[in-house]
Amino acid sequence: MADQKEQETSVFTEEVIKEVIFRVHRFSPDDGKPPRMQDYKVPVKRGMTVLDGLHYIRDNLDSTLSYRFSCRMAICGSCGMFINNLPRLACKTQILELEADTIEVKPLPNYEVIKDLVPDLSDFFEKHRSVMPYLIREEEEEKIDPPTNEFLQTPDELERFLQFAYCTKCGLCLAGCPTVATDKVFLGPMALAQAFRYNSDTRDQGFEKRLELLCVPEGPWRCHFAGSCSEVCPKGVDPALGVQLLKGQIVFTKLGLKKPHKIAPLATEKPEAKRRPGIPEAPPRTVKKE
Amino acid sequence: MREPTLWILHILAGIIILIFLGIHMGIMHLDTILTSLGVGYKNPLSWSSVLIRNKALFFTITYILLLGAALYHGFYGLRNILFELSLGKSAQKAVNWLLFFVGLFLFIYGGYAAIAAYVI
Ligand code: SF4
Ligand code: FES
Repeated sequence: MADQKEQETSVFTEEVIKEVIFRVHRFSPDDGKPPRMQDYKVPVKRGMTVLDGLHYIRDNLDSTLSYRFSCRMAICGSCGMFINNLPRLACKTQILELEADTIEVKPLPNYEVIKDLVPDLSDFFEKHRSVMPYLIREEEEEKIDPPTNEFLQTPDELERFLQFAYCTKCGLCLAGCPTVATDKVFLGPMALAQAFRYNSDTRDQGFEKRLELLCVPEGPWRCHFAGSCSEVCPKGVDPALGVQLLKGQIVFTKLGLKKPHKIAPLATEKPEAKRRPGIPEAPPRTVKKE
Repeated sequence: MREPTLWILHILAGIIILIFLGIHMGIMHLDTILTSLGVGYKNPLSWSSVLIRNKALFFTITYILLLGAALYHGFYGLRNILFELSLGKSAQKAVNWLLFFVGLFLFIYGGYAAIAAYVI
């Protein structure tokens, strides 16, 4: 009885609601054919995402289709695609919510295409790396990983950059950015918002170092505040705001109107953390220390 | 550190334009209200009124400031547009110098006109 009730109220029924056409971008550098769109009929059940639709195609219709994904729950940022003319995460986009009989799936714009729906994100990650997106400390002993103790930060200090820490590096913001569309060397909303995130972190002392990297023509000055990056961000981050705050941070510091932030002190006492009974030891590190 | 300086100047130029263009618009289009308040010029477009303004030091200075601000603001914007075409370093340098000299020429030419109207 309870089972029957659950089945009636569950949104995840097996019933096929409708059939949609998936119009998918196909391109392989090896077959010598120009990029083209290929249609597939996909039966849609309630709760199916665009990523599920692509899985259906790959499993039942065409095993040569290539696309990126990993977590299937909008955490890893791998499945960014251009779905019905907007950059979106395929695993977060419900087919029925698109309210369309044809779903066009293309690779993210503003990136080179490696194959089918796979964009080349190397430049994107290179731009991210270029702004030193990690905590920089001056004390020699704190430069090593792990530091000698934890840094003390208040909730208010955390609040200043917290939203930017939710970025999953999915690359949708660069796909939506009109400046990146014409200027390939522009650092772009993600890297710039991350520069602001680390500059504003009281545990960080790297502002001066990052300043040199940001005061270049391809830095935040190129942003026209179109705001499309924030519009498409699937994690609710506001990278456009981050870029404007970064401009303000640099300019006000330069004009002497803003003092560098307070540096989070190192805790004097070791935190008293005891492993609860039954919790196993952490697995060995996958990245070896040099 | 040149980029933030150029950007700050761009914002300052925008503020100057806003103020002086506001004054200009007020004088040109709100003449009825302004003259009823005892300021401004009747028939601001008439030759005599233009002449009076040209002979006032305040206007000569504002004309030159507005000219400089508008040229800088406009040329900085143009530089942005050109840089967004993913120019190489040497092309960027060429654009910088070209815009600088064209801007300087226009500023000297416009400034000369404003000063000449004041002195002659
Ligand atoms: S800011 Fe948003 S859209 Fe840009 S990479 Fe981060 S999560 Fe993705
Ligand atoms: S698969 Fe991880 S975000 Fe979509």
